Amino acid sequence: MTCIVRVQEADFDLGAEIKALRLGNPAIGAVASFIGCVRDMNEGDSVGLMYLEHYPGMTERELAKICAEASARWEIFDTLVIHRIGELKPLDQIVCVVVTSGHRGESFSACEFIMDFLKTRAPFWKRESTPHGERWVDARAKDDAAAERWKQ
Amino acid sequence: MTIQLVFLARLRERFGVSRERFPLTADINTVSAVLHTLRQRGGAFAEELAEGRAFRVAVNQDVVALDHPVKAGDEVAIFPPVTGG
Repeated sequence: MTCIVRVQEADFDLGAEIKALRLGNPAIGAVASFIGCVRDMNEGDSVGLMYLEHYPGMTERELAKICAEASARWEIFDTLVIHRIGELKPLDQIVCVVVTSGHRGESFSACEFIMDFLKTRAPFWKRESTPHGERWVDARAKDDAAAERWKQ
Repeated sequence: MTIQLVFLARLRERFGVSRERFPLTADINTVSAVLHTLRQRGGAFAEELAEGRAFRVAVNQDVVALDHPVKAGDEVAIFPPVTGG
């Protein structure tokens, strides 16, 4: 059981990450993964560049806590979260979450759980440039609702 | 007797500062009391930290409620709701 959290400027290769996680563990029967990407539109405006800021230290702690909560809730083996920071542009990958388990149900659920709480608890902020200038992205009620349903 | 204040993202830009040493006194011993003192500076502090505005506070990197105690040496971060992922 490993919990890996990386916050980095560099891009990542999901295939290589999954290969490394599965290495030498024949008990893994399922791998669920999620990738979030930069879109070229937000709130009706075209987005040129995006800048991602975070709170070093707290980010890594909070992500590790979320992964630990997922491990306590489902029978899973490994969790991996990679989140990029700095300047990104449309088409770039921003974030990935990977969960391994014996059977698919646990990794599907845990992957979505980790992503829902990353969106509402991990201290990252996006600033985007649009034809009207730069603006900080506002938090969305929809994300709070997505995280809230795991508490029921 | 000080704490380290940390302002992040939009709040850092609005306040024009990312970190500052903040003196504690006998009656400033909760997050609420720190916020009250900051609001008294007026301007962006009064506006952004007004009651009912959406912001979060973390003490030593854990998000806390406003009645959470603060003590000398704490790192108290104030930031907007998060928007990562």
